[in-house]
Amino acid sequence: MAKVIEGLYYSESHEYVKVEGNIGYIGITDYAQHALGNVVYVDLPDVDDEVTAGEEFGAVESVKAASDIISPVSGTIIEVNEALDGEPELLNKDAFGNWIIKVELSDKSELDGLMDAKAYEAFCENE
Amino acid sequence: MNNRLYGNLIFELSQEGRSGYSLPKNQFGSYEVPASMRRKEDAALPECDEMTVVRHYTNLSANNFGVDNGFYPLGSCTMKYNPKINEEVAALPQFAGLHPLQPAETVQGAEEVCRQLCQSLCELTGLYAFTLKPFAGAHGELTGLMVIRKYHESRGDEARRLVIVPDSAHGTNPASAAVCGLDIVEVKSLSDGTVDVEALKELLAQHGSEIAAMMMTNPNTLGLFEKQIPEIEKLVHAAGGLMYYDGANLNPMLGAARPGDMGFDVMHINLHKTFSTPHGGGGPGAGPVGVRKGLEPFFPEVSPYHGNFTVAMRALAYIRSLGRENIKLVGPLATLNANYIKESLKDVYELPIDGLCKHEFVFDGLKDKSTGVTTMDVAKRLLDYGYHAPTIYFPLLFHESLMIEPTENESKETIDGFICVMRKIAGEAKTNPDEVKSAPHLTPIGRVDDVLAAKHPVVTYKQMVNDNN
Amino acid sequence: MFKYFPHTDADLQTMFRKVGIKSLDDLYAEVPEQIRFRGEYQLPEEMSEIEVRQLFDKLGAQNKPLTCFAGAGVYDHYTPSAIPQLLSRSEFLTSYTPYQAEISQGTLHYIFEYQSMMTELTGMDISNASMYDGTTATAEAVMMAVAAGKKQNKVLVSETVDPKTLAVVKTYAHFHGIEIEMVPAKDGVTDLSTLNSQLSADVAGVLVQQPNFYGIVEDYAGFADACHNQKSLFIMNSVAADLAILKTPCEWGADIAVGDGQSLGIPMQWGGPYVGYMCCTEKLIRKMPGRIVGMTQDNRGLRAFVLTLQAREQHIRRQKATSNICSNQSLMALWATVYMSLMGKQGLKEAAELSYAGAHYLCDELLKTGKFSLVYNHPFFNEFVVRYSGDVDALQKRLTDNGIFGGIKLDAEKLMFAVTEKRTKEEIDNLVKLAAL
Repeated sequence: MAKVIEGLYYSESHEYVKVEGNIGYIGITDYAQHALGNVVYVDLPDVDDEVTAGEEFGAVESVKAASDIISPVSGTIIEVNEALDGEPELLNKDAFGNWIIKVELSDKSELDGLMDAKAYEAFCENE
Repeated sequence: MNNRLYGNLIFELSQEGRSGYSLPKNQFGSYEVPASMRRKEDAALPECDEMTVVRHYTNLSANNFGVDNGFYPLGSCTMKYNPKINEEVAALPQFAGLHPLQPAETVQGAEEVCRQLCQSLCELTGLYAFTLKPFAGAHGELTGLMVIRKYHESRGDEARRLVIVPDSAHGTNPASAAVCGLDIVEVKSLSDGTVDVEALKELLAQHGSEIAAMMMTNPNTLGLFEKQIPEIEKLVHAAGGLMYYDGANLNPMLGAARPGDMGFDVMHINLHKTFSTPHGGGGPGAGPVGVRKGLEPFFPEVSPYHGNFTVAMRALAYIRSLGRENIKLVGPLATLNANYIKESLKDVYELPIDGLCKHEFVFDGLKDKSTGVTTMDVAKRLLDYGYHAPTIYFPLLFHESLMIEPTENESKETIDGFICVMRKIAGEAKTNPDEVKSAPHLTPIGRVDDVLAAKHPVVTYKQMVNDNN
Repeated sequence: MFKYFPHTDADLQTMFRKVGIKSLDDLYAEVPEQIRFRGEYQLPEEMSEIEVRQLFDKLGAQNKPLTCFAGAGVYDHYTPSAIPQLLSRSEFLTSYTPYQAEISQGTLHYIFEYQSMMTELTGMDISNASMYDGTTATAEAVMMAVAAGKKQNKVLVSETVDPKTLAVVKTYAHFHGIEIEMVPAKDGVTDLSTLNSQLSADVAGVLVQQPNFYGIVEDYAGFADACHNQKSLFIMNSVAADLAILKTPCEWGADIAVGDGQSLGIPMQWGGPYVGYMCCTEKLIRKMPGRIVGMTQDNRGLRAFVLTLQAREQHIRRQKATSNICSNQSLMALWATVYMSLMGKQGLKEAAELSYAGAHYLCDELLKTGKFSLVYNHPFFNEFVVRYSGDVDALQKRLTDNGIFGGIKLDAEKLMFAVTEKRTKEEIDNLVKLAAL
């Protein structure tokens, strides 16, 4: 059973946002890493790139699958998790502990359109 | 096989000072390539004597499995017999020595080969004109979509940028559409595996004026004939779209039905599938594109000369060898072989859609799923028994797809042997699942670590050497 | 039954029973009658092997292979006899894409060698498993540059690129929505200052050819920097065999090296099959189209090779794939690989030097006749353009009548000649004699 963490915001395409003040940490959920299998590569964007809610900003690849990462929120990237470059398997080890990008949120009201832990758990059961 | 003894790379056999060639002496005096033109260091190519090279590649070939080695039921690839006479004619020096830009009067025979092949393809498909320029199936598909876009452009109908594909379509269809600047909309299949005509009507009602074409294989990727094709064709044409026939599954239609008569406007043919030219470990193939009358002015320039010309020669040799009386047996015999295997195995393998198939069909893994033995395991175990594996995990409609295509060339004994082994593996899955899950055991190498390969790509000898240091 | 159909009457009856049909016709019961093909194909009747041989011998007799002094991208190089013999091995010829690595190490192994050799020739980091030919590989490189760039949609192409390559590039670009802008040539070469004036933020890549279409070895110093300053990729198209001696695409600073591998001992065979190559820098590996073979281990700890980085490809990425290409030109890549193994480090260089010497000898001899003059005042490799003071068509006809393919006609007064290591002094002298008439 895939792990879900309280207090995060979730999207239907299986990304999460952890919010600290005006900053959002975006990654893929435990459910997503499970579905992908062994992650072999994470296509990371650049710092200062703009992300838009509902649009892709990178991709996660396993041997037999590839999945675009869709930003659940809009904003400006202030940091990318460079560790994933050399160790993409970190996403398999702990998807929630290893965020992919850190974003300065431009519109916090977008969070209202995302799911909470309970809703996401129910969503995954129906997938 | 010789992997342990002869598993070296040619670079590892190289010794400075050896050579495997001979060239005439320079008779032209002192014309030296100036230093300003030259590369700094020589390319570090191997230095080997001729016999070392010959042994190396001869032994490498022993680590391969081809149609000439044994049964190769790779679904959707039509691994039929590659007749030897085809190879003989394709190597004739009167053709092999021709420069593609030679004056027309010196290449009349070559032109005639192309003319005769195009004529034969028109006759077999019911279309009006063919171009031999595309180099492969995917290249043909792209070419065909270009024809369709040009047709719409010529009518000032620029808004038609959507291509309808069934949800069972091959991944190449959307990829070709994207390269051609088109978008894909998927139409659902019914539970019997064929296109849902009602869903198609809805799509057309919604997007009618944006539809450039509908792409179909018929039979589809499940090996099922799309019997609603007359209605589908009418609906798409009424909406202003064209019908594209993906020739990947043309083989069972020889002698049975022609794409042109089904209402298709544009198609490609994989000569390496239906017309017996060798797959060559992945190529060269050929993907001629045929069109209905009136579309031939829209053939685009997708290659400079006559495509893979000697592949076309082989296809013509095949068509002439069979002649009109035998070519019409190709489809029925391939279809018979497929149905015979299906009926002989459906009690132990899960057949999601029952009924007549055409040249191929799809199982959804073993019937008994409790053993944990997957389609991958069955495929790998087949290698131990001397068979190539079927196509696996395609189409994506099922989780454990196992797609079997026997072709018309396989004898009943060969097929019975395969059926016997497939049943044996189903038995092993129950009695000795670990043996199956850890297969193959008898191949030159065991299962490979593809995660390691993708995570840390080493794709050249130089990288390999640097890696070891 | 025909020789490729093993079904006996008894087999058919047994199989019919199992399937629950009475005739082959019943297999198509669901096909609507209106589209069933019930007629006879308008094709000749079955031919015996003897008759098939006769047919192709007759067709062959209508061809006239010529002593080739033409190039324009296709060259009459020497083919070592071991190559066709090795390639005719069924295990290579009749297998398909190496999906099942355990029984495809032969193919995977030689593709790894091919990739290694192509990176040696071009100096680049990475090579794919090959593409259809040089023109389509170039078109793919142009699309790759656009895909790698962010919001850049224009590609600049030098006017000295082979017009046949350009035509294919333009076809792909048109449908893919890429804007192609030509960089004008000055005296047969690409002009850096003109290029600089055309480079802008929306340019994804710049395509040049070396040696260029006219056989000229251009000076591309400063080109890569100019491109990189605008975040554009520098793409170089070259004849593969020439790189054994010429400054490599890597040395010129190219990001992508592409071209045709026909020059690696593959017969001209009226245009194909050949093999396209594509190499790039390590940085671009995940943007590269086509198959790639990588090294790994099997579960017994043995070195093994496998198709890798497949997440780029159409069967996984569908419309977001780097390309729609599904295969490679595998057997022709093997041809090139065996060629490079036999010729090796020295042989490729020696063949290139002989071609250079032969071409320069021919050029000098033609100039001596007084009827020819060089069109461009630039160094060339094994191909060159001359102006003929007489009637070009009449000259070409005279040469053809004497069994010689006397160059490519560029316009009413210009001809382009090419020489390879296969051309003897006697053949060249004979050509010059006929040209002097």
